Amino acid sequence: MTPNDEPGAVVGDADLANAALRLDTRWTIRWIRRSAEVLAINRAALNTLDRDIGDGDHGENMDRGFQAILPKLEELTDETTPGAVLKLVATTLISTVGGAAGPLYGTAFLKAAGAVGAAQSLDAPALVALLTAARDGIVLRGKAMEGDKTMIDAWTPAVNAALAAQTAGSPVGAVLLAAADAAAQGAQATEPLVARKGRASYLGERAIGHRDPGSQSTSLLLRAAADLMSHH
Amino acid sequence: MKKLINDPKNVVNEAVAGFEVAHADIVRVSHDPVFIVRADAPLRGKVGIVSGGGSGHEPLHGGFVGFGMLDAAVPGPVFTSPTPDPILAATQAVDGGAGVLHIVKNYTGDVLNFETAADLAAADGIQVRAVIINDDVAVKDSLYTAGRRGVAGTVLVEKIAGAAAERGDDLDAVVAVAEKVNSRVRTMGVALTPCVVPHAGEPSFTLADDEIEIGIGIHGEPGRERIKLEPADAIVDRLLGPILDDLPFASGDEVLLLVNGMGGTPQIELYIVFRRAAEVLQERGITVSRSLVGNYTTSLEMAGASISVLKLDDELTALWDAPVQTSTLRWGR
Repeated sequence: MTPNDEPGAVVGDADLANAALRLDTRWTIRWIRRSAEVLAINRAALNTLDRDIGDGDHGENMDRGFQAILPKLEELTDETTPGAVLKLVATTLISTVGGAAGPLYGTAFLKAAGAVGAAQSLDAPALVALLTAARDGIVLRGKAMEGDKTMIDAWTPAVNAALAAQTAGSPVGAVLLAAADAAAQGAQATEPLVARKGRASYLGERAIGHRDPGSQSTSLLLRAAADLMSHH
Repeated sequence: MKKLINDPKNVVNEAVAGFEVAHADIVRVSHDPVFIVRADAPLRGKVGIVSGGGSGHEPLHGGFVGFGMLDAAVPGPVFTSPTPDPILAATQAVDGGAGVLHIVKNYTGDVLNFETAADLAAADGIQVRAVIINDDVAVKDSLYTAGRRGVAGTVLVEKIAGAAAERGDDLDAVVAVAEKVNSRVRTMGVALTPCVVPHAGEPSFTLADDEIEIGIGIHGEPGRERIKLEPADAIVDRLLGPILDDLPFASGDEVLLLVNGMGGTPQIELYIVFRRAAEVLQERGITVSRSLVGNYTTSLEMAGASISVLKLDDELTALWDAPVQTSTLRWGR
């Protein structure tokens, strides 16, 4: 039942250090495919986390949403940009996931799509802009703050770590890895918290000791992206 | 757990299909996406009212679609909010040019999906306003929770706002009436047994044979405290105390008293609850001038009940008494 999120598993040093590497449309599509795989594998584990402090369907809902994206990826044309892929993900998640996660992740991908615009590929600053816009979108929609025991507790550390890495001149692969590691730590750090948003907030102190399922799925999504740097 | 179902995956679709055939005189049903709409919608110049949320609370909300109440209801999967698409489609289906009110129970998923649908409807040129229902006094309303839940008081908001829309009030006025009802109604519930979500197949929490849960919500989520089973009168006193202290209700008030069954408690027990609640209100000098007793906001087969008290005035009483014709509430027409 251990969620598949331990940091630093299979990352290739070559891509991490490659300053010229940019994330293109093909990479974006592979990230979403890999995310669908990872969410399918972690479906039961996410459900269990959600059953402890919510209504037990987060894995179910995320798996349904990402599976619904897969056939649509096949229909994309060669002119597709990373932004267009992210927008497709957004609209599909909004219409298939339901619960709170659908609008939250949908808004995240929609704002991320807006942030990268029509760019053909993403460098480190563009990646930081993407992550920041996604996080800001979730805050706008869900009105959660850091420490409320929500997915923001994974997103905000990820954004901060990505920005710090990019400011220090790291290439895009290393920025992504920093974000994924910070998200994993952020998800773990939700365990001792009392929830202030969502259904878990009705439990008061009974939520202590349980990891927030949304922070865990965020960690899985960013880990899926970082993992791709090893088999680029 | 025995359930009278076919495939758990088809519970909502098959129930909606049955509802459509049974109540064809009152409603039409869209199957993709799923929503229930008043047969004569859209009504030109009338404010449309849409509600919805997870299934499993029947007759909420589909049972309240019809003349003088809701224009459309959007049922999600059991205990899971519908996505924005069917909410948007229902909103478009009832828009008669006077705008649409969304009545939303205060759960994070419901609020976010209705907000997203409202954004999409606005982009479509439909004026949408939302009123969030949060009548459950069992949850502390503070910065530290998602706020109070929307429970059985929702039915009263839907009836009274529906009557305001039916008499021709504009969107601002209908919103004001809905907010007024929400601000004057308080509810608290008790569970004697948990409920079983069809696709989960097991109870969402457990209660020993001699235990009850005070302050439950309507999704099988746990409540405020777990105590040993007591006589009905003692339980009623536990529920009514926090309700009356909260508004607060005072001597001289006229109220509507709703005793709502959670799905698995027989009507005979609901009247025992009503009897004691009315007695306590009378002792406090509060007059029960309108009443409703039955299963209106349920939690699948959960045994238990909730008590709602709404402080009336002349306007709210007149709107409550106004004609209604839905599959669940019918009078005056």
